[in-house]
Amino acid sequence: MIPMPNLDVLGFLVLATFAVLCGLSVILQKHAVASALSLVGVMGSLAVLYLMLGAEFLAAVQMIVYAGAIMVLFVFVIMLLNSGSERPAKARYFAYLVGIPSLLAFLGVISFFILKELPNTSSVQFGAFTQGGPAPVGRLLFTQYLLPFEVTSLLVLIAIIGAMVLAKKEID
Amino acid sequence: MTESQSLWLIPILPLIGAALNGLLGRRLPKMAVSAIAILSVLGSFLWVMKCLSALGNLDTPHAEHYFTWIQSGALEIGVDFMVDRLTRIMLLIVTGVGLLIHIYAVGYMDHEEGFSRFFSYLNLFMFFMLTLVLAKNFLLVFVGWEGVGLASYLLIGFYLKEKFAGDAGKKAFIVNRIGDFGFSLAMFLIVITFGSLDFTKVFEAAAKMPVEAHAGILTAIALLLFVGACGKSAQMPLYVWLPDAMAGPTPVSALIHAATMVTAGVYIVARASVIFDRAPIALDVVSYIGLLTAVVAATIGVTQYDIKKVFAYSTVSQLGFMFMACGAKAYSSGIFHVATHAFFKAVLFLGAGSVIHALHGEQDMRNMGGLRSKIPQTFATLCFAWLAISGVPGFSGALSKDEILIAVHGKSEWMFWVGVVTAGITAFYVSRAMFMTFFGEYRGKAHPHESPLSMTGPLWVLALLSAAGGYLMRDLVHSIGPETASHGDHGSLEFIIVAAGLLGIGLAAFMYLMNRGLSQSVAKALGPVYRLVYDKYRVDEFYDAALVRPIQAGSESVLWKGLDVLLIDGVVNGVGRTASAIGGILRRCQGGHVPSYATWIVLGAALVLIGFQLVGGGR
Amino acid sequence: MMLPNAVPVSWYLILSAILFSMGVAGFLIRRNIITVFMCIELMLNAVNLSFVAFSYELKKIDGQLFTFFVMVVAAAEAAVGLAIILTVFRHRMSLEIDDVSSLKN
Repeated sequence: MIPMPNLDVLGFLVLATFAVLCGLSVILQKHAVASALSLVGVMGSLAVLYLMLGAEFLAAVQMIVYAGAIMVLFVFVIMLLNSGSERPAKARYFAYLVGIPSLLAFLGVISFFILKELPNTSSVQFGAFTQGGPAPVGRLLFTQYLLPFEVTSLLVLIAIIGAMVLAKKEID
Repeated sequence: MTESQSLWLIPILPLIGAALNGLLGRRLPKMAVSAIAILSVLGSFLWVMKCLSALGNLDTPHAEHYFTWIQSGALEIGVDFMVDRLTRIMLLIVTGVGLLIHIYAVGYMDHEEGFSRFFSYLNLFMFFMLTLVLAKNFLLVFVGWEGVGLASYLLIGFYLKEKFAGDAGKKAFIVNRIGDFGFSLAMFLIVITFGSLDFTKVFEAAAKMPVEAHAGILTAIALLLFVGACGKSAQMPLYVWLPDAMAGPTPVSALIHAATMVTAGVYIVARASVIFDRAPIALDVVSYIGLLTAVVAATIGVTQYDIKKVFAYSTVSQLGFMFMACGAKAYSSGIFHVATHAFFKAVLFLGAGSVIHALHGEQDMRNMGGLRSKIPQTFATLCFAWLAISGVPGFSGALSKDEILIAVHGKSEWMFWVGVVTAGITAFYVSRAMFMTFFGEYRGKAHPHESPLSMTGPLWVLALLSAAGGYLMRDLVHSIGPETASHGDHGSLEFIIVAAGLLGIGLAAFMYLMNRGLSQSVAKALGPVYRLVYDKYRVDEFYDAALVRPIQAGSESVLWKGLDVLLIDGVVNGVGRTASAIGGILRRCQGGHVPSYATWIVLGAALVLIGFQLVGGGR
Repeated sequence: MMLPNAVPVSWYLILSAILFSMGVAGFLIRRNIITVFMCIELMLNAVNLSFVAFSYELKKIDGQLFTFFVMVVAAAEAAVGLAIILTVFRHRMSLEIDDVSSLKN
């Protein structure tokens, strides 16, 4: 009898594999538009993972704001600047010889940490944690986190003005 | 404990005057500047009078404690003032003579640039001098000691545009450094020995110590203090700065370099008389140095032609007399001579200033002569001082000089005789100066004019004081300390001293009044000896060859080219080059390429994590 | 092939670490500024995943709120960052990150 694989496990493995493949694609694709589309893939799979972790609201925001708005902005700029493939440039020995090994060491150590320090984390079951809906998130956001929320609104305002000022220079 | 007399007002008033004139003087009219300067000193003079009358006859010293200045372990140094009988004399001299000279200076400095600057410095000097005499511990004395040195430096170099004035100021300052070095070492020794710098405690403790037959700690302290006194009071071998100090304006010469500051050395020796009494070797040294200085300076004075130089060497010589008195334990006689000398030497300098003022800056006596009728008031007042310094009976100079020489006679016969001869020489060269200046025919070109009242007024007051001041102050002075020998019957000794003075005057009259040209032939006959004395024994040249040049050469070849250029610059430049070389390597990290920066961040993050792991996990 | 019965949260964390490292690697090796910028977004997403995972582990939604804030900041950052990229491009007519080296020396 073929054991019926747990959907939580299967879903995670599939999504994780997809996310990693898309991530590799982001960093390996020669063309920026291809990278951008791969990034959308990563974000989408992450949105589903959020859903599995019980963050319904975040999953929706991830799709709408991230995969939608932000990535559209990226693609728009890529198109605007007509940025084609990267030309093959001189090799960056320093980044390759030092950066990549350090990065691997970083990854190894942090994975080791996670496994060593958090050996008995709870297992993820879809539906086991249901506090991530819009209502509880909104409630917390407008009570305990009101001040940071307002500050972020200011931040966004500044970002809008900053982006406009920076982009306006073109006309001058 | 008598009630507080607010002694602090005495030095503070001139300080306020100095601050006002120094800060605002440029914008004030001359009238206001002189008013501030004079009124501040007048205020402090009147306050001295008020305090002294309130304190009575000062059977016990009156002390006032203001605040603790330095507290370090068991050593506590306060800002304490005190008035005892010694301080009383000094206060009267400093504020009284200082007041008169301030008034005089208003007239003298009238045409000079930097009017307010001058009075600011002069008031500053008064502040430090009064601090010096009022202080109740050695460190506060040292504050005043250094402060008067500073004021002296500023005033000697008052004529900023003249190079020689600046050089003279530096010379005074540097030579005084040697003395200050001795004074500082003396203070360190006092702290080590007595654990305090307070006069009362130190002298009480010292009084319990036995007289040192061989050199001991008290001798060391006394000698070091005397080194300080030598610097400030221009004794051998540190006297060389004082004649050059005449580069300053004449009121400065009178106030600082004749009447008050240079007597600080005598004051400190008298103040520390308890210590000196127990160090006979130091007393001998003081005597010998005083005698040597008196003789050397007097002989130089005979040959000089610059009227102020003559009086400068005379000052050095008279200071030598004061130290001779101290060396003979006749401290009160020394201080007595300080007082009388302050009067008559102030007159001599102020009179010389009046002469120079009248002749529009001429200082060479060869270009004077016959001024008797042209500036009669100056002449008349100078006569008082002349007779006083020559030791003519009836004038105050004779009183103190007699006391000193009699005291010296009690110590050693031969020193007495040398002193008498020196007193004769003193009378001779002052008379010579008087005859060359006021008698004979006028040899100059400028048209002399009498000085204004603001100058002649103080001259007259001081002139009367140089006649009568000795009698006024005698009891005040003798209340200071141990009974001096002067009370005994010393008729024959006094006769000898007076005779020596009159002989000096007579010889000068013979050489410069009756037989003009005789002095030239005498000078020629003496030949090389005369040249040597005329060149001030070439002491300056000797110092130059023996000290200044080797130091300069050493500074240049060893300190500058060796230490500074090779070692220090080498180290500094080496550090610079090393940093630059390391930077040359490190700048490759700062390539401006964002990915390489990111690489560093990654490397750093990895290292931090690994470090965490090694230290023991994230917890 | 034996599959475990459940996925522990630590796996999510490791996935987060892997994605983060890929973002860094992309940052290191890519030369196109826009791609580099996307790698930064990838890193931010990876971090967000770990926040949400911890939120699940601790059964508290504060972590999710933090993710929310990160997203807002990322949006602002993307707006400004892309504007900067536009300016840089206008200035240098290049999107090569190696050409942007004003910080040199």
